[in-house]
Order: sequence, then structure tokens, then C-alpha cells
Amino acid sequence: MQTQTYELNMGPQHPSTHGVLRIILELDGEVVVKATPVIGYLHRGIEKICEGKTYGQTIPFTDRMDYMHSMNNNLGLCQAVEKLMGLEVPERAEYIRVIMAELSRIASHMIYAGALVNDLGGVTGFVFLIRDRERILELFNKACGARMTFNYIRIGGVQQDVPEGWVEECRRFVDDFPEMMHTYNGLIMGNEIFQARMKDIAILPPDRAVAMAASGGVLRASGVNYDVRKDDPYGIYDRFDFDVPLGTKGDNWDRFIVRMQEMEQSIRIIDQALKQMPEGPVMAKVPKVIKPPVGEVYHHVENSKGDLGYYVVSDGGMKPYRWHARRPAMVNLQLLDELCRGYKIADVVAILGTLDPVLGEVDC
Amino acid sequence: MNSNPDLLTSLAGSIRSVLSPLIGNPDGVDMAMYGVGLLAVITLIFTNAVILVWGERKVAGFMQSRYGPNRLGPWGLFQSIADVLKLMSKEDYRPKLVDKWVWALAPIIMFAPAVAAYAVLPFGKDLVPVDLNIGIFYFIAVSSITTIPLLMAGWGSNNKYSLIGGMRAVAQMVSYEIPLVFSMLGAIMLVGSLKMSSIVEAQSHIWFVFLQPVAFLVYVIAATAETNRAPFDLVEGESEIVAGPLTEYSGMRWAMFFLGEYANLLAVSAIASAVFLGGWQPLPLPGALGDMMHAIPGWIWFALKTYIMIFVFMWFRWTFPRFRVDQLMGFGWKVLLPLSLANILVTGVGIFLYRVAIGG
Repeated sequence: MQTQTYELNMGPQHPSTHGVLRIILELDGEVVVKATPVIGYLHRGIEKICEGKTYGQTIPFTDRMDYMHSMNNNLGLCQAVEKLMGLEVPERAEYIRVIMAELSRIASHMIYAGALVNDLGGVTGFVFLIRDRERILELFNKACGARMTFNYIRIGGVQQDVPEGWVEECRRFVDDFPEMMHTYNGLIMGNEIFQARMKDIAILPPDRAVAMAASGGVLRASGVNYDVRKDDPYGIYDRFDFDVPLGTKGDNWDRFIVRMQEMEQSIRIIDQALKQMPEGPVMAKVPKVIKPPVGEVYHHVENSKGDLGYYVVSDGGMKPYRWHARRPAMVNLQLLDELCRGYKIADVVAILGTLDPVLGEVDC
Repeated sequence: MNSNPDLLTSLAGSIRSVLSPLIGNPDGVDMAMYGVGLLAVITLIFTNAVILVWGERKVAGFMQSRYGPNRLGPWGLFQSIADVLKLMSKEDYRPKLVDKWVWALAPIIMFAPAVAAYAVLPFGKDLVPVDLNIGIFYFIAVSSITTIPLLMAGWGSNNKYSLIGGMRAVAQMVSYEIPLVFSMLGAIMLVGSLKMSSIVEAQSHIWFVFLQPVAFLVYVIAATAETNRAPFDLVEGESEIVAGPLTEYSGMRWAMFFLGEYANLLAVSAIASAVFLGGWQPLPLPGALGDMMHAIPGWIWFALKTYIMIFVFMWFRWTFPRFRVDQLMGFGWKVLLPLSLANILVTGVGIFLYRVAIGG
């Protein structure tokens, strides 16, 4: 029988393309022959816009890149500029930054896991994760008055100290976390269908992962031990004791489980940070007008999606001469075609889910 | 057995006694009574769909630790009425490039077999709309027509998502029909009749769920697949193929599919309670408790069992993620089918041994 392939246009309006990603699928029945991601529907030209803003004004734009893990985006940029200026950040601010970044990482991974489960048809798992994420957003709201786009971490410290009772509430969240994890273990990871859908699908060998410059959970799921927090510690990350969870196979299941384990490690970091956090100021003495000396800097941090880097060039003026972000979600998304080939349509949404693209960051 | 006529049978009797002097001819009265039955069934389907839409959202809320609808009326009961009003007031939109007739006919054909299947459901003692002597066979035959409107919708919509969904519908429903039928064969062999009322009456001492546990399990799984509900909701597969065959439908046309789906859900649950859970038979309890159980009318028992089955189906839907298409087919052909065949074999051997034991 003569058969032919056909094209299916998935997105930009589709329930599970995580925003406005468009994938042109070439299909043979239900089997994917080729998957071409088409990006750019959310492109706002952030890098160019930032060249016209002062350094402080560019921070809110980073919030809108990876809007799931905004705190870390703020952190990366602020640390890059601080590096350029040679600025010392007060101790307490460093600890608050770490706590915020790790809470944000947990929130991001919760969305990741929830969206993935939802894509596989398990709506209840999604709702449970969103419910627990709400507590983190509540913490952010109390600290800086925003649930999503924070602009909380500033050049030289953080915007303001955490309010009274915040540390205790954060502590309660840390204490409750194992129970939440227990729920997910039962409802999501323990489910036979979920395991059958995830295991041995879309295997990414370590050499290919490295060759494609993958980072974050995608890379570590393939067994490559690379975490910026460990390998190139920034801020005060070298003071904490935590593990880097690694996968063995690099399939969908590993990519999922690695992130779930990362959440536990983040809780460990927050736990230590809450114990060690000193009193004191949260903002360094920063001039009103930030004019970094002439020069360039590249600084990278471990985002929930991977290795997030900022490249900032200063010409000595108020505004950056060049402002560039290495966006891990964008780089990881390039693996989509390679991973999808030969699998079914239903796997495409699962693979896309495990690559965890946030379109705000992919398109930037 | 309690032989007192209950509310519904006496109601039917009084309608008949009003009608017979008016029409005269006994055959004509029978025909009129079928009309009354049809009316009752359609009313049941509509009210049931309204209740199930509300119930499903309440169950989902319960599973997901939230409230579900709670604004309109007590416990949000009027929410689905508001939904129906919304659906009816929506524009009847027909995309330009659809195959006009196939596309327009599909929702109607979806609804028709659902109504027809209700003809043989044993709602209570003497409360079977048409007690055919091939009742269960008729049910299977009629309800399997549901495959065709889904394919029609998929083909007629001129949309690739719809087409994929339609193809999945055919593959899935044809595959799971076989274990569904085979799972019921065990019970039928025990009874020796295809008549619905005899199947229910045979369970007055012990329900078939205890004699045929494997068959019941197979039936529940296959029925979930047959009604296209999670974890077998590949046909709609929201996160994969948008809404499958229903992608291009809106307003009342879409609601007809919905209605048909909920009617099918009620029908398979009703069959489950009739074939495996003793239908209108009360809980077989000894002594005074048993007498108390007998005092409750049969149709209440039947409704209770049916709605418990529906709750189980809803429970599945809000717990499990979706299968993949190859896993679905593999599970149907490699697990359920051999299991149901083995069940038939074991049942046959059991019946043979039982006869030998009785004979000897």
C-alpha cells in the first residue's frame, strides 16, 4: 500500500505547547517523521530594548523572560552588573537571594511537573502541584508585593528586607514539603500509566546532550554532572551542602525525576540558609546613578531550565552598550526534533514537557 | 421477592388504564405505551446529562480539593442549567470547508443509538421498556454504532486533528468492543439467556460480580474505553489533538456529542449494574435486614448501583493520566482479550463441573 506523510501544524494556539510555540510536525500516521519548532511569536526584542534602559531598569525585563523562575533571572543580571562594578553585597541580602532563588526553582519545577502531568491527561496532579505552588507565591507576595514578576533582587542587594513572620512561614513550607512530595509520589510518580508513558521514551545520550549544549535537568538526566551552583559557584552557594541529582538513561522519566529530586535539594539549601541567615542590612551602598566602568562581563547562574548566562558590555555610560542573555530554554528546545523522531504525537507533548521551554525565555 | 408494585410500575399501570379506553385496540395501547417509554427515556437522558455534568464537576472538585460549582442554586446545582442555556444561545457556526452533510449528521447519529440502547435497560422489575429476548445482544449491537458518528465527525470536519481523532475512535472502540462483549458472555453463560430481565432475576441469590470478578474488571476497563473517558480518552485527547473529532463543533452540535457521551456513560453503568451488580435486586442480606432492603423499590436500587458505577468512572477520569495509542491497543489485544477468553473457558469448565456434580 502506498502511503504518504502529512504535515500537522501544532500551535501556536494549542493546549499543550506551553504558550505560543508552533511545531510543524511531519507525520506518518501517528508517528513523527520530523518536528520543526517555529519560535518568535513572543519575541519582544528584550536585548535591544535593554540597550536603551539604565542598568536598574533592565531588571524587570528579566522577570518577563523566564516568568516561571524570575527570581533567578533577576539574580543573574544583578550579579553580572555587580561583578562589573566590583560591588560587595551584604550577607543578609546574599542569604535572602539564595532563599528566593531556590523557592523560585521549586515553584518553577512544580509548574513544570504539573504541566507535564496535565499534558499526559492527569489533571488532578496538575491541580495538586499548583495548589502547593500557591504557598510559594504567597511567600513572594509577602516579600515583594508581586506573585509573578518580582523585580525584587536589585543591583547591590534586594529591594527590601523580608517582613516580620516571613522566615517562620518559609520554615513551615520547608517542613511541610516532604508531605507534599509524598502526595506527588503516590499520585504522579507511582502511577503505572505515567511510568509507562515516560520510561524509555526519547533517550538523549550524554554525548549528544553535550554536543547540543543542553543544560539543566535535560543535561543532568543524561548523566552529565554539570550544575553551575557546584561547578562555578556564584553568590554564597559554596557554603551549602547539597547534591546534584543525576539520571542514568536520559529518557523522559529521568528528565522528570531529576527535577523532582532537585526540588528536594532546593529545600535542603533553603533549610540551611534559613538557619544561617544573619541580621543586617540588605542593600549595599550603591550610587544613585549606576555607571559601571568600561568593560564586559559574562556571568552565569543555574536557572531551573539550565545554564542562564548574561553578557553585559559597559561603555562607561548609564546604559549598557550590549546586553545579551544566554537562554537555556531556547538552547534546550533545539533538541525537540532529534528527540521526537520516531515517536507518536502523544509523545511530542511529553517530550516538549520534559524539555520545559518557557516561551518568554525562548523568544525573549 | 417483594411483589408489591412500586411507584413507577403503578404509574405505568395507571397510564395504561387511562389509555386503553381511549384507544381500544390492545395493540394500539401497547404502541402508545412504547411512546410513553420513549418519552420517559429521553427525559431521563436529558435530566441525567444535566445532573452528570454537574456531578462530574463536583467530583472533580472533590478529587482536587476544591469546591467545584457553588454559585448557582444550592450546591451549584443550577450550574449545568446555565451551561445548557449558554450552549443553546451560542451561534450555530459551520466552518466553510466542512463536508456539510456528514458534518451536520454526525451529532444526531451520535445521539440516536444512545437513546435506542435505553430500550432494553432493566430499570426495575417489570420496568424494562422493551424486554427483548436478545436484550443484551441488542444493546451491544446498537451501542457499537457510536463509532460511526465519531468517524463521520472526524472525516467531515476537514481538519487533521479531527481526522486523527476519528481514526483513533474507530481503532479504540472496535478493539475494546470485543473484550467488552466477551466479558459479558461469562454472565450470559451462567444465566443461559440474553434477556435482560432473566439476567437480573438470576442474581437474586448472588450477584455475578462475585462469580465473575475477572469479567467485571474487564468490563469496567473496556467500558471506560468504550465511552472514551480517561484514561482512554485518546479520541478527544485534549493536550494532544485539541478536541479530536469535536474540534470544529460548537454550541448545540457540540452539546449533542456531549449528551450522547453522558447517555453512553449512563448506559454502560446501567449494564454493569444489571449484569454484574444484581440490577434491581436489593442487597442480599439475611433476616430482618434483608426484608428492609426489599422494602426499597427496585428502581432505586438500580439507580443507586448505576450511579455508584458512574462515580467509579469519574474517579478513574480524575486520577489517571492518558494512555498512548500503541499502549492502548496493546493493552486491549494482549491483555484484556486473552483475559476475557480465559474467563469464558474457566466459566465453561465451571458450569460443566457443576452440572456433573449435580448430576452425580
